Amino acid sequence: MNSTRSGVFVLACAAVAAIVFAGARAAGNDYVFFAGYTVLQFVVLATAWNILGGYTGYVNFGTAAFFALGAYSTVFFHKFDPLPIPVLVVIGAAVSGLVGLGMGYLTLRLRGAFFSIATLALAVVLQTLVVNWNYVGGARGAYVIRPAEIAELSLPYIQYLFLIMLALAVMAVATARIVEHSKLGYGFATIRDDELAAEASGVPTLKLKLIATTLSGALMGMAGAPFPYFIGYLQPSSAFALEYAVNAIAMPMIGGTTSWVGPLVGALLLGTLQQITTVTISSAVNLLIVGMLLVGFVIIAPNGLIGLWRRVFPKR
Amino acid sequence: MSYDLLLNAVMAGLLLGGFYAAVTVGVSISFGILDIVNIAHPAFIILGSYIAYAFNARFGLDPIAVSIIALPAFYALGAAIYQVYYLSFEKRGQDSLRGLAFFFGILFITEVALVLGFGVDYRYVQAGYIETSWHVGIVDLPLRMLVPCLMSLLMLAALQLFLTCTFTGRAIMAVAQDQLALQLMAADPIRIKRIAFAISIATASMAGAFLIVIQPVEPSIGRDYIGRVFAICVLGGLGSLPGTLIGAMLLGIAESFTATFYGPSWAPAVSFGLLLLTLAFRPAGLMGR
Amino acid sequence: MAAQLLEVERLCKRFGGFVALDEINLAVTAGERVGLIGPNGSGKSTLVNCLCGTLVNEAGTVRFEGRDLAGLAAHQRTRLGMARSFQLPRPFASMTVGDNLKVPLLYAVNARRRPALTEAEIGARCEELLTLVGLADRARRFPRDLTQVDMRKLELARAMATEPRLLIADEAMAGLSNSEVNDIVALLIRLNERGITVILIEHIMRAVMNFSQRLVVLVSGKKIADGRPDEVIRDADVERAYLGQ
Repeated sequence: MNSTRSGVFVLACAAVAAIVFAGARAAGNDYVFFAGYTVLQFVVLATAWNILGGYTGYVNFGTAAFFALGAYSTVFFHKFDPLPIPVLVVIGAAVSGLVGLGMGYLTLRLRGAFFSIATLALAVVLQTLVVNWNYVGGARGAYVIRPAEIAELSLPYIQYLFLIMLALAVMAVATARIVEHSKLGYGFATIRDDELAAEASGVPTLKLKLIATTLSGALMGMAGAPFPYFIGYLQPSSAFALEYAVNAIAMPMIGGTTSWVGPLVGALLLGTLQQITTVTISSAVNLLIVGMLLVGFVIIAPNGLIGLWRRVFPKR
Repeated sequence: MSYDLLLNAVMAGLLLGGFYAAVTVGVSISFGILDIVNIAHPAFIILGSYIAYAFNARFGLDPIAVSIIALPAFYALGAAIYQVYYLSFEKRGQDSLRGLAFFFGILFITEVALVLGFGVDYRYVQAGYIETSWHVGIVDLPLRMLVPCLMSLLMLAALQLFLTCTFTGRAIMAVAQDQLALQLMAADPIRIKRIAFAISIATASMAGAFLIVIQPVEPSIGRDYIGRVFAICVLGGLGSLPGTLIGAMLLGIAESFTATFYGPSWAPAVSFGLLLLTLAFRPAGLMGR
Repeated sequence: MAAQLLEVERLCKRFGGFVALDEINLAVTAGERVGLIGPNGSGKSTLVNCLCGTLVNEAGTVRFEGRDLAGLAAHQRTRLGMARSFQLPRPFASMTVGDNLKVPLLYAVNARRRPALTEAEIGARCEELLTLVGLADRARRFPRDLTQVDMRKLELARAMATEPRLLIADEAMAGLSNSEVNDIVALLIRLNERGITVILIEHIMRAVMNFSQRLVVLVSGKKIADGRPDEVIRDADVERAYLGQ
């Protein structure tokens, strides 16, 4: 509703991003870029999930499906006719957004539970389709060779990927905040609070839910688009990994679902924690911890860390 | 298309359907009757499979026998989980978002714990009848499919009897409709619901044994079943056990035909397609309950 | 002859084998105060839900200002000028009392107004409505902090915020004390004097009799009486229906 404040916010985010990038380069260690890319990817996924799950209350269990759609669109074009990453990001967004819209159209008129179940099933089905599609590598996987550097910006490629994910994170967080404070945000909140009363108050609930699903799906697809270049060798099992679904839910739930701050905090904290655990203990134990944190927070602190903060420091 | 192939595909579908009914009946109770979206149900089934595997590998016990012995443990587990669910969510009137996240977390934790405990390799059981196959005319009846199917039908029949003929069973059917009436009859709705949920988890013990008799198991298989289970529930009409059986048979035949004529790697997609079709064309009773 | 504000013709609603509404006919003129009474389970709330689009009727037509409402979703009917309050208040729990009223202004009123209300105008309207129902000093509170009667006032205020021409108040007074009931009746009469047609569904006979210019009685899904309140309550069928309970 207030475009100057939104503009200021975007600029502030861009400034923070610039500082982060400069800091990463100063560290002089490539690992920072690899780990940072993963954490930023979670920022995008968690924020995207929250636009639908946190704001409207409709739970998407198939984050991996939308993420993988973005990744496999890239693989498809890499084999067909390699395109610059920014273009691939747009394509990934379009593909995932459309699938989100389609699935929403089929299932959002029913109870929220059926939508959630459909998202779970979607992930399984898409994985089945990809496994059977040899052009993108099928079960064997596909190699996507990462160039050594990006000539136009004279940056090592991993730094270029990091920069892209940083930009996507800024975009995601800014979108979430703008939506939250807009008329759309009010509409979403009414759907979450009481859909029947929302309809009676004139809110076109189906249309808004479709907007949320499409927007959320598109952002997830955007996060997936650069992934093949990051990982170099893409297998269905890694693109569709359950950890994406769990993290996309755990991070906003732990951070707090009612505002854009929650997923950001959750992603930064949990993402960093996971980097540490995976390296020091094991990736399986790491996932176990994430799962237990999710269940723990859902039972004990349903409003997440932000909720706890607000209880200690109430607003005004 | 040969008659032989067709008949065997149908038979395989029916046997598979019988098994799917056992897998689904737990969710028919928890979702269909209690309105609890327990998407973690497949995880309990896999848990059942691994328990059957562990005792089979260690002591050579028949897996289905193990699952029957394990029934009380699963029942207790179900009761405990319902208690947590009730205190954390139903009582507080929390939105369904948290309930779903809760079960999803449990699904996830169970899968990862199994990976940590047993690794990602496929596990299978040894039992006398697994290799055997009966032949009736041109139809093959592999015992590893037939035995679970028959046991599953027995289990369903027992449950249906329980639900329609005993006081507790009828109270369970009633609790979905009218909690107040139940209270007036001096039955505690919470206790009734807890019993029902515990029963639904107990069925997972046996379904898990059936699963590992039919095919080797690894921790992530549970996810394939989520779509199947809810597709069958929706297809068969929520909360109806005979409906569950019919839905399961239909899905079993559909998957069997797909596997026979298009290849087994397409099977998981069948249930989703069926689910979407059902949701699109039979929404009655699924709208805003 | 001018079209009636609301015309209901042969409305039927079934739940499986159970007939909830059986060929309901009802006509409401603009400016009227109509009371709708009937025993529990007679179909009053089902009727409201069918009129407002929350439920879909199997047969019959509903016309609002001459326009057939078939196929229109609930939010579209609200935008046309039909508002309802819920039997059990359903506030938007995550927003303040004031913000609760912003939603209908943003989504119902602004959907049909050109030019749309500005933020300042919306704020002013919210204040106006809150003052009208007596909640002005609680604008910054959250619904969970409100008393029962305040919640019901909020419920009515939210319905009012959609700027309806017809307001259907579904048991707005259940569980309230005598003076609270009088408050709500007075509020509804004030609203009617502003030109809003009101259909009041209630069990509290005193309130209904004080309020209604016309009384409709529903029993087991059928309309058994429709006329002046003092005549209707003396009707033999109505007596039987209530005594027979």
